[in-house]
Amino acid sequence: MAIGNSTDLDRAQTADLLELYPNASARRRRRRLPRSPKVLIGLTGLLAFLVLAVIGPWIAPYDPSQTFSTTVSFPQPPSAAHWLGTTQQQQDVFSQLLAGGRSTILVAFVAGLIATVLSVVVGVAAGYFGGLADDLLSMLANLFLILPALPLLIVIFGFLPPSQGSDDVLIGLIIAITGWAFGARVLRAQTLSLRTRDYVDSARITGERGWRIIGFEILPNLIPILASSFLFTVLYGVGTYTALAFLGLVNPNHVSWGGMLFYAQVAGAEQSGYWWLFIPPGLAVALLGTCLALLNFSIDEFINPRLRAAGLSRRRARRAGVTGAERLPRRFVLGVTPVLRSVPPAGDHRGPAGENLSHGGTR
Amino acid sequence: MSTYQPSQPLLEVRGLCVDYGAGPDAVHAVVDADLVLHRGEVLGLAGESGSGKSTLAYAITRLLRAPGMITGGSVGYHPKPGTTVDLLAANEGTLRVLRWSQISVVMQSAMNALNPVLSIGAQLTDVLQAHQPDLGQAERQARAGELLAMVGINADRLGSYPHELSGGMRQRVMIAMALALEPQVVIMDEPTTALDVVTQREILEELMELRERLGFAVLFITHDLSLLAEIADSIAVMYAGRLVERADADALFRAPRHPYSLGLLSSFPGLHGPKRRLTGIPGSPPDLRQLPSGCVFHPRCSYAMDRCRTETPALLRLPEAGRAAACWLQDGSAVPPPELAVSAPHGPSAPAPDLARSQP
Amino acid sequence: MASGLTRGPAVYAISRRIGFYVLTAIAAVTITFFIPRVIPGNPVESVLSHAQGQIITRQTLHALQLQFGSNTTEGLWGQYVHFWSNLLHGNLGVSTSNGMVPVAAVIRGALPWTVGLVGTATVISFILGTLLGILVAWRRGSWLDTLLPATTFFQAAPYFFLAFLAIDLFAIKLGWFPPERAYGQLDFPAFNWTYISDVLDHAILPALTIVVASAAGWIIGMRNVMITTMDEDYVLIGQAKGLPKRRVVWYAARNAILPSISGFSLAIGFVVSGALLTEIVFSYPGLGFLMLTAVQDADFALLQGIFLVITLGVLVANLAADFVYVFLDPRTRQEA
Repeated sequence: MAIGNSTDLDRAQTADLLELYPNASARRRRRRLPRSPKVLIGLTGLLAFLVLAVIGPWIAPYDPSQTFSTTVSFPQPPSAAHWLGTTQQQQDVFSQLLAGGRSTILVAFVAGLIATVLSVVVGVAAGYFGGLADDLLSMLANLFLILPALPLLIVIFGFLPPSQGSDDVLIGLIIAITGWAFGARVLRAQTLSLRTRDYVDSARITGERGWRIIGFEILPNLIPILASSFLFTVLYGVGTYTALAFLGLVNPNHVSWGGMLFYAQVAGAEQSGYWWLFIPPGLAVALLGTCLALLNFSIDEFINPRLRAAGLSRRRARRAGVTGAERLPRRFVLGVTPVLRSVPPAGDHRGPAGENLSHGGTR
Repeated sequence: MSTYQPSQPLLEVRGLCVDYGAGPDAVHAVVDADLVLHRGEVLGLAGESGSGKSTLAYAITRLLRAPGMITGGSVGYHPKPGTTVDLLAANEGTLRVLRWSQISVVMQSAMNALNPVLSIGAQLTDVLQAHQPDLGQAERQARAGELLAMVGINADRLGSYPHELSGGMRQRVMIAMALALEPQVVIMDEPTTALDVVTQREILEELMELRERLGFAVLFITHDLSLLAEIADSIAVMYAGRLVERADADALFRAPRHPYSLGLLSSFPGLHGPKRRLTGIPGSPPDLRQLPSGCVFHPRCSYAMDRCRTETPALLRLPEAGRAAACWLQDGSAVPPPELAVSAPHGPSAPAPDLARSQP
Repeated sequence: MASGLTRGPAVYAISRRIGFYVLTAIAAVTITFFIPRVIPGNPVESVLSHAQGQIITRQTLHALQLQFGSNTTEGLWGQYVHFWSNLLHGNLGVSTSNGMVPVAAVIRGALPWTVGLVGTATVISFILGTLLGILVAWRRGSWLDTLLPATTFFQAAPYFFLAFLAIDLFAIKLGWFPPERAYGQLDFPAFNWTYISDVLDHAILPALTIVVASAAGWIIGMRNVMITTMDEDYVLIGQAKGLPKRRVVWYAARNAILPSISGFSLAIGFVVSGALLTEIVFSYPGLGFLMLTAVQDADFALLQGIFLVITLGVLVANLAADFVYVFLDPRTRQEA
């Protein structure tokens, strides 16, 4: 039963109706990501950042590490020559901002990818095979979940000689090791619930091999959760890498937004009001994070239809062109079904000799 | 049966329409429903899953969840003969006073309907606290104990949590909870479906006993017609959101008038009598978003005429008092087949109710 | 309700958790033990090169070698045992960046500041975030929903960035609060009102930063759980019973808080990390700041010590959350 409408309100109905028709197998049910403003903003924002990551260093007006003066020792405020001013070392902040996106995004995505792969392997295996494997893997996941990630990373990077601290992929890998556990738990829970569904049982009975079942029956249904987990881990990667750079733990010669904040701290930016040193990189990180979080939010709503705007608010009803929408309560009130009196389209639900719809009246 | 006062309507539903969602893509879950529940009556609401029976019942008390909404009709409640409360026009405050004290609900799954983190004692006394604020703590506890005793549970279980009780006990607690304020109407949504047959029987018997004692009316929703055979005074059959037949229980079982009712009755075997072939009903219930034209049942109906494909029959009142069926076979213009024209019994204990009243 | 706490199943559930935490602590110690030995490079040399100008006795050198596993005659297992025995005696090594003072003493000096600031801020943030989450869920469809994307911004913004903003706005531009440190530099620690009020004055901005940064997560989490919970049958029955609205909300919230508390356990690690970074920006004399100097001066012993202490703190917080959970959920007190 393909249900493909685009309005929000149909989404909510569809989800409830799916309860009435439980026969449709998960594969045949096609659900689309709602096209709400959250998704659009998140998606375009993310794409913009990805583009920036690629072309950033090329479109920067100056070399980020080029110093413009050896005589001036204070960071210079924004001017025509330097749109976002200069750092204490007289480097162009704007160029640094453009170039700094690359390593942040690269590390975050590498971390996200590796962590997601790890979480799939551990989570699905634990959920599907159960028993001792499940117990051990769960304990491992819980262990990594509890260990405070940033302090651990600080210790690791603290010991790491600086030469290693500039390899983005290695950094991503190390960050991934601390970030896979959450996704693994969620995937395990979902796999457990899927494993008991009828179509998995029937696949097993007809003799499909374990890994085929996992690949064709279980994984496709985990995709929304996988996407959410990936985005979450990338978000985590962004924050963690920025924090590590801020602490000066990763090669400071490598331009990154976190590194810019490190130098801002060194220059005493917040005490002296050098706002152009910390607001641009901080804002960049925050915006990137917000786009990821918005996308994640939308996926959450997609996975759990109840999170979408429930019922019918006056605004939505008006948008849907319902007559009599003014008589609806302004917002959704739990426990009181709204009464909407609208004239139904002719011939729709009235028999030719039928009872009069306005029978009974209002008061 | 002895509490049934056919001349006193308690709940009158006229032309009720319930939609899910709004606008052009709304799903019409209930269309033009007409029901009357009388004082002390057990009215069975029967139908398959998705027929709209639960939707109808919850809509009556305005408890239907989003995105459900009522788009037409009226629901009148008569707490005393002569007084009327328009449930559809009532505001939150009126509903709050009426709810549970006049109309209560028993749901299908007690495990879900009972709050898992509160003791059952707390869940019994909270209604007392809300509706009878003059009662003191001790009195509330005593009353809660009484309620449990009424359904055969020892009062020392008051401090137990729902997960500590068996399925049957939980259902009993729900029933006790529903009767806490001695309402006039109890809506039961498949209260025994989730239980094993033995417990089912016990609970039904207790229920009927309580009904004799306290005299409340019951709107009993179920997909199992055989259950209704024993407990219902009258039955309304629903299909795809519409009421297709309404009759006394006896009359319906012995002399159905709608092909769907006939099909339902042929679907379960009787314990006694000659063996016969179980026929069932071919096909499956329609997708509410793509209903057939004309009579919604016609694709599955073995008696479908041309007229049935184009014109939707309304619930037509039949010559016998208290009966109605939504079928063109019964409107007098055609001759119904013999299985749909069995003469209805007039049992001595079932005076003909006048369900034909249609005053607003 | 509390009677179940001393019953068998509850004790069993908590004991299992304690066992797990002990295991985690052992794992943390083991990881700390192995890191300097696994990472390329010679940690002891790094320490020495950074500790110029300080007097390093032969004993200290030997201790360092044992701690980090380089140039030592003892086998790996021997080192491990030694590590543990030191730990259990409260000996975390010597802090080379603080004048060879024992690490334990250094940490002891900074710990109260962190516990005070981070502890209070986290609790306030949790309570505030949870209450707001309930409100937003209950009043769905109202203007409150438009605030949600804004909260995602605060959730995504790094703690230290918010700290920068806070300082710039409130301390420098508006001058309402002091921009750094835990108390004025001319103040002497004493139990009088001037000192205490000064401490509070200095603590407000960092605490505010932590609360704003972390509350967003609680709000969204609690909102999501509440919405799912409000769909439950028992909430509908609560409405059907004609109970006052506040009661119905309470019924739903009482259930929704449970996953939220589990979430608290998961998130506590993140919050602590973020709070440490905030401390650094504010030059607050807590563990975070200590960690920064340890990193800069290659004081690995201090670094290890701080990590272990933080881990211990997180485990204790988790245990507390577990107690609360068992108290609130009667189902955990049932035989499995």
